[in-house]
Amino acid sequence: MSQVATLPDPLEEVAPPRGRHGGAAWAVWLLRRIGLALLTLWLVSVLVYVATVALGDPVRAILGRDYNSNPGRVAQLEAQLNADQGLVARYFDWLGGLLTGDPGTSLANQQPVWGQISANVLNTLVLVLLAAAVMIPLAFGIAMISAHYRRRRPDTVIQTILLGLAGVPEFVIGILLVALFSTTVFHVLPAVTLVSPTGHPWDQPAGMVLPVATLVLAVTPYVSRIVRATLLEVLDSDYVELARLKGIPEPVVMRKHALLNAIVPGIQVIALQLAWLAGGVVLVETLFAYPGIGRQLVDSVRNHDVPMVQALSMIIAAVYIAVNLVADILSILLTPRARTAISQ
Amino acid sequence: MSATTSSPAAPSFLRRALKQKRFSVGGGVTLLVVLFAIFAPFFAPYGENETTGPPYSPIGVLGTDYLGQDVLSRVMYGGWGVLVISVLATIVGMVLGIAIGVVAAYGGGWWDEVIMRLNDVLLAFPQILLALVVLTALQNPAPWVIIVLVGTSHAPRVARVARGVALGIVSRDFVVAAEALGEKRSRVILAEVLPNMTGPLLAEAGLRLTYSIGIVAALGFLGFAADPGAANWGQMINENRLGLATQPWAVLAPVIMIAIFTIATNLMADGLAQLAQRGE
Repeated sequence: MSQVATLPDPLEEVAPPRGRHGGAAWAVWLLRRIGLALLTLWLVSVLVYVATVALGDPVRAILGRDYNSNPGRVAQLEAQLNADQGLVARYFDWLGGLLTGDPGTSLANQQPVWGQISANVLNTLVLVLLAAAVMIPLAFGIAMISAHYRRRRPDTVIQTILLGLAGVPEFVIGILLVALFSTTVFHVLPAVTLVSPTGHPWDQPAGMVLPVATLVLAVTPYVSRIVRATLLEVLDSDYVELARLKGIPEPVVMRKHALLNAIVPGIQVIALQLAWLAGGVVLVETLFAYPGIGRQLVDSVRNHDVPMVQALSMIIAAVYIAVNLVADILSILLTPRARTAISQ
Repeated sequence: MSATTSSPAAPSFLRRALKQKRFSVGGGVTLLVVLFAIFAPFFAPYGENETTGPPYSPIGVLGTDYLGQDVLSRVMYGGWGVLVISVLATIVGMVLGIAIGVVAAYGGGWWDEVIMRLNDVLLAFPQILLALVVLTALQNPAPWVIIVLVGTSHAPRVARVARGVALGIVSRDFVVAAEALGEKRSRVILAEVLPNMTGPLLAEAGLRLTYSIGIVAALGFLGFAADPGAANWGQMINENRLGLATQPWAVLAPVIMIAIFTIATNLMADGLAQLAQRGE
């Protein structure tokens, strides 16, 4: 239930109407919301830069014990990071590069950052979208079954299982799946994703099963629990009672009256979870050696490869902000009371 | 009015909580795991870094790990670090988050707008990412660094909840009355607002503890633990992963401990959340 409480209310973001009507009010709201997203993204870039460069000493972290014995390498790395310039100048230099599509050069292998990232962005995108495509119908299906048996035994069992799953970290679920399906009990699925340098992970569909299943199991409980809570709220309401009294069969009540009303909270929680997936892939990709940006991020953090970490975390944060923006716009469009609140 | 209702409500809240199945089961198992993490090191058959046989051999109850250390002993030693860091990180996150949220709600207007916008910036980072970004420029992070990082990643999420709860309280009569009497702002917050938020905040703390355990274990799993030599459930998974096919217990034992711990704390948090919701 606590997850329900943390869902943002789309109405909260609605600016009070001030004399504008219809389309104009809409445009103002939309521009304001997009402007806020861009402002957030800019502040995120400041935070990423400060966190990676100013909180610690990247050169010292890269060289480790060699720091004192190898002044030539120190000077070389500091030159590459432009350590002689001020923090603000370096930040704007980096930001300019980011905006023009040149996020710099990797410290680990001296290759341009973007060239190493671009293929992995696609791989991660496919993984996340596949997980979402399986998760959304599954979560709604479980929620409908659970709501059908509301407050009876099957519902309690389903809810307890979902609650249990919701707490378990995703890599724990992943390892249990690996132990179950690829090493200890059965030997039916590969435990790691094997990719040729030119190929894609989905060339071998069997290797995709466990990563996708792990993500689905990690996310479905949240979505399903919130959709069920909304369904129950609607099923107990007066207008659904009226529909039943009119003699409309229960399956139609569920589909037409209850499910449609659960879509908006559903979209919000799906957006939250998709945004979460952008970070959740970090662990799952590392576990399955999946060639995506999550695993690349972990490797770059291990190598203290500052430009790579900066670019990858900006991508993940940008996805997070974009998904939230789209979800906000969709929920306003689909909620009549919020729609009229804006355009009155 | 707040003083008379909140002080006798505290013992009855616990009694009501114990009657609830989810809280009592979750809380009971959590207590067992905590006791295990604290006291098991005293009963471990071997030392933390004591070699008892060849790597990945079946010697001992749960076999040996990648260095030939006794897995059962490592599991018994490995809970303490996860527990302490998770609990402290949860406390840091709750204190920071409540402070931000309550100040935003109580300050209102511009304060609220600016604080919550900055909060949104931190929210744009998935929790584990915030820790990873900072760890880029550090070498062998100290335990307090991990505590602060995990705590900071909780703070914006706690702040959102705390602000929501506090917004419902700051406009109530007893707060207005205390302000009218000329109480200091800090005193109004500490004596009038906070005591009326305990229910939802306890539930949030339980949820945050669940996530703390997950993130701390995950950082260990990714190889960013504070002390590479010490036993740590998250790190044990990482160390012994390659032996999963030959000696599964070296990985499964810590995995199962983490799973039991997080399921229990999550059940407890959900029980608290239901109580807090009913109480209002």
